[in-house]
Amino acid sequence: MNGVHDMGGMHGFGPVRPEADEPVFHADWESRAFAMNLLLGWVSGQNLDASRHGLERLAPADYLGASYYARWALGIAQNALESGLATAEELAEGRVLVPPRPDAPAAATAEAALNAACTGGWYARDPDAPARFAVGNRVRARKTAPTGHTRLPRYVQGAVGTVVLVHAPHVLPDASAHGEERAEWLYAVRFAGKDLWGEAAEPGASTAIDAWESYLEPA
Amino acid sequence: MHDHHDHADAGGGTAMSEVEARVRALETVLTEKGHLDPAALDALIDHFQTQVGPRNGAQVVARAWTDPAFADRLRQDATAAIGELGFLGQQGEHMVAVWNDASTHHLVVCTLCSCYPWPVLGLPPAWYKSFAYRSRAVREPRRVIAECGHDVPAGKQIRVWDSTAEIRYLVIPERPDGTDGWPAERLAALVTRDAMIGTGVALPPDPAPQSPAEDAA
Repeated sequence: MNGVHDMGGMHGFGPVRPEADEPVFHADWESRAFAMNLLLGWVSGQNLDASRHGLERLAPADYLGASYYARWALGIAQNALESGLATAEELAEGRVLVPPRPDAPAAATAEAALNAACTGGWYARDPDAPARFAVGNRVRARKTAPTGHTRLPRYVQGAVGTVVLVHAPHVLPDASAHGEERAEWLYAVRFAGKDLWGEAAEPGASTAIDAWESYLEPA
Repeated sequence: MHDHHDHADAGGGTAMSEVEARVRALETVLTEKGHLDPAALDALIDHFQTQVGPRNGAQVVARAWTDPAFADRLRQDATAAIGELGFLGQQGEHMVAVWNDASTHHLVVCTLCSCYPWPVLGLPPAWYKSFAYRSRAVREPRRVIAECGHDVPAGKQIRVWDSTAEIRYLVIPERPDGTDGWPAERLAALVTRDAMIGTGVALPPDPAPQSPAEDAA
């Protein structure tokens, strides 16, 4: 979807301001929101792609107006509501008002949570067809405006770049976020700065994105 | 407007009482309904505060600087090579290492959200997740790196990597001059988080006494 999350190239957000000796979390609630987001995904069945898409679906003003973990808190609440784990009234009042969803999986234990964090997922899949593109091929990022999830940023759409890495087939977020698992070959494609930003490009700068095969066409 | 933007983008934002109350309500309701175990929350928070961080990535870099066979494996299959050191896990499942050299400087960003290689670098700093960094790193990387405190030499190409998939990129900075013969543990202390994102470079060797023996004397 063409959301405000797709920020590559935008103006107006000011300078980058590193913070000296920054803590991992700036407040306890940030750490609770962070960990809750990881744990809730396993209970709600919402995968990583659906979780990202959840944040993208926040109203633009909410997305832009919230700090990072405040945005996660909005995403968790949205996930809890959509998956039937809590009601809006319960979250407003902070107490249980209706029985739990009977088919929800049990809460992850500390051991299971740590094990999952240390193991992670695995998004590569075995190929069932040869890769369409090879390193060195010139490719164009397709123009697209899907209403659902995609990981093809607007700033590369229509631009021609060069394949610099052929990774492996990976789970396609555009399908996975909506409950369908399908893998496609994944490539790193590098675009010259001038092909993205024209005269405004910095000399000698280029940007690569990771692009699934259906994001690309021969150029 | 300006205050609001600064605040939200830097990691504060949204009236504290409101967001705190929202998070507390979520935790209370989900816990009491049996969907969440607070002990699991505590365990994850502790893990990400104490068990992962840029010192892990620094060990990878220092090993690559001192062990050519490891460096080759890191180039061929970074996931497997980093796995040898035990630094795999969530958000580090598929790793690619990119090498800075005399003509090339690499920079990593996630314009669409906040993808970052947790097992080797820990959780990302607020600026990495800021709208300013996400919007500008791809359009004016040289200026962004300068704002972070490093001036990339004029002749160097800057190669930005926008993490749009589950591949996580780790920058291998150039080894500082004057560190010949240093063991990996000593070199690792020169490898900063920013050097492995690309907003900085490895620290120069400390001009202070060169050996513990001299120091003691």
